[in-house]
Amino acid sequence: MSAPELATTGSSEQAVALEGFVVRSHPTLRKALRNRSLLTGGAIVGTLVLIAILAPWIARYDPLQQDLAATLQLPSWVHWLGTDELGRDVWSRLVWAARFDLATGFFVVLFPFAFGTLIGTLAGYYGGWIDTVLSRIIDVVMAFPYYVLIITLVFVVGKGIRGIFIAFALADWVTYARTVRSTTLVARRMDWAAAARSGGLSDRRIIVHHILPNTITQAIVYAMSDVVYVILAVVTLGYLGLGIQAPQPDWGSMIFDGQLFMTTRWWLSTIPGLCVVVTGIGLSLVGDGLADVLRPE
Amino acid sequence: MYVLRRLLQAIPVVLGIVVVVFFMLRLIPGDPAAALLGTHATPEAIQALRDRWGLDEPIWVQFWLFLQQLAQGDTGTSLFYDVSTRTLIASRIPVTVALVALASVFSVLIAVPLATYAAVRKDRLPDHAIRMVPLVGLGMPSFWVGLVLILLFSVQLGWFPVGGWGDTFAEHVYGLILPALTSALGIVPLLVRSLRAGMLEVLEADYVAVARSKGIRESRVLFVHVARNAFVPTLTLLGINIAFLMGATVVVERVFQLNGLGSLMLTAISNRDFPVVQGVTIIFALAVVVITLVTDLVAAATDPRIKLS
Repeated sequence: MSAPELATTGSSEQAVALEGFVVRSHPTLRKALRNRSLLTGGAIVGTLVLIAILAPWIARYDPLQQDLAATLQLPSWVHWLGTDELGRDVWSRLVWAARFDLATGFFVVLFPFAFGTLIGTLAGYYGGWIDTVLSRIIDVVMAFPYYVLIITLVFVVGKGIRGIFIAFALADWVTYARTVRSTTLVARRMDWAAAARSGGLSDRRIIVHHILPNTITQAIVYAMSDVVYVILAVVTLGYLGLGIQAPQPDWGSMIFDGQLFMTTRWWLSTIPGLCVVVTGIGLSLVGDGLADVLRPE
Repeated sequence: MYVLRRLLQAIPVVLGIVVVVFFMLRLIPGDPAAALLGTHATPEAIQALRDRWGLDEPIWVQFWLFLQQLAQGDTGTSLFYDVSTRTLIASRIPVTVALVALASVFSVLIAVPLATYAAVRKDRLPDHAIRMVPLVGLGMPSFWVGLVLILLFSVQLGWFPVGGWGDTFAEHVYGLILPALTSALGIVPLLVRSLRAGMLEVLEADYVAVARSKGIRESRVLFVHVARNAFVPTLTLLGINIAFLMGATVVVERVFQLNGLGSLMLTAISNRDFPVVQGVTIIFALAVVVITLVTDLVAAATDPRIKLS
């Protein structure tokens, strides 16, 4: 009880001392700083995000600038990874593609995360016919193979970034909903939930203050893998010509373009793929680490 | 009783799939007929397509028209080839079925030994090495894996064809090895992660301890006692992941130039051939429902405990 008082009345000196105290005493934070997966993954993802943010300074050339007199050049000091079939600098395109693909991946999962968590909470908390109806809807969406559904939806609503957002909003919330539904079912039966109910708290208050803090960690952990799945799907759409539209660089379309020159310029296709793999490793490590750190003792 | 209950559960899902695929046409911004036929279409052609789908009628009439077609196993006539989607789809099914089947076999042949070995050597070097598989594997785009395999085994070593499906049965199988391996590698990470956990649970079970204490050889314990109890989880896991596997084959078929359902769908998309896209989507979803149903029933037949839950 004394800690909050200290925070409100203390001087800046005390605040600094308090900060050290929080890190040392806060068990989750302490676990996070010791977790090797989380630190390694965080470093990988952090570096990638930094590259994406600093793309204009790291890229060296305009990723769209063609030079038809210098196509398919070998790697050199002038062009670190050579040039593509239109004479565009491959390193610059790779860096800008990181910006587009990572941004798409991170922003696209936000809606499915929020909507899926909401649906899962409602289904798990209220049960009855609400649960039956929502669960059947989840079953239906899950029956479609992931890529078939995403590709078809993007075709229907229109290719490109807008289509990607709509397609994932419609298709990607179900896994969150299913995960959160099952954890909510468990949480609802706990003694403290019964206590909150018998204390006369409103459903909304019970859900927001008591149920969600216990169920949301699962959704957050899944979101880390989901960013990987979404980036994979976005890159796949790019490869099929349905994703981020040319001439905007994207790892998927770079792999597609490089395919024609595979026997003589193998790096044109393989290096963008490696970027996806490294992103995947980083995010999976963060996900594994978070799962460890957030798991209740 | 379990069989009946499980069959009844599938009915609303199938109905839902039909409704979703029907409403996909409505998701096309603007007039779907005009959007699909493109800017060069004559007003007459657009009106003809609107009449065919009953777009000037109320929505329930349109749905009834759609259901009538489906009852004949069809989603209408292809806008591009002028044949029924049923004929088109039927001609492509064998390739995709063979690809999915071979990929499932490969994924089990790769994942089960890896997961078992990791579980037996828990927390030692092999376990740590195998636990890297999901980490690296999850982030690998299937089409890229396919390209790398082509680069290594077809272009560099010349062991396999670059693509295509050949004419004889032997050529079919030969041509399918790399594409099936590519598709399998997409779900191996998921399988290894879950199977290792399941295997650990079985290894720590009482009946395994009893078997060991009776002095039975370790290999016999593994192959008879552990394997038998690990079968049902493996099967269920494969059933859950088959949907993902089938989705991955769509892109893999494109990479290896196989003429299956996936490449039919992608070609139909570039031709804006909506009825074909609808047909392939519905076939894929129904296949998932059937496969999940079959794996559930087989699992229940093998493990009587499932029927009670």
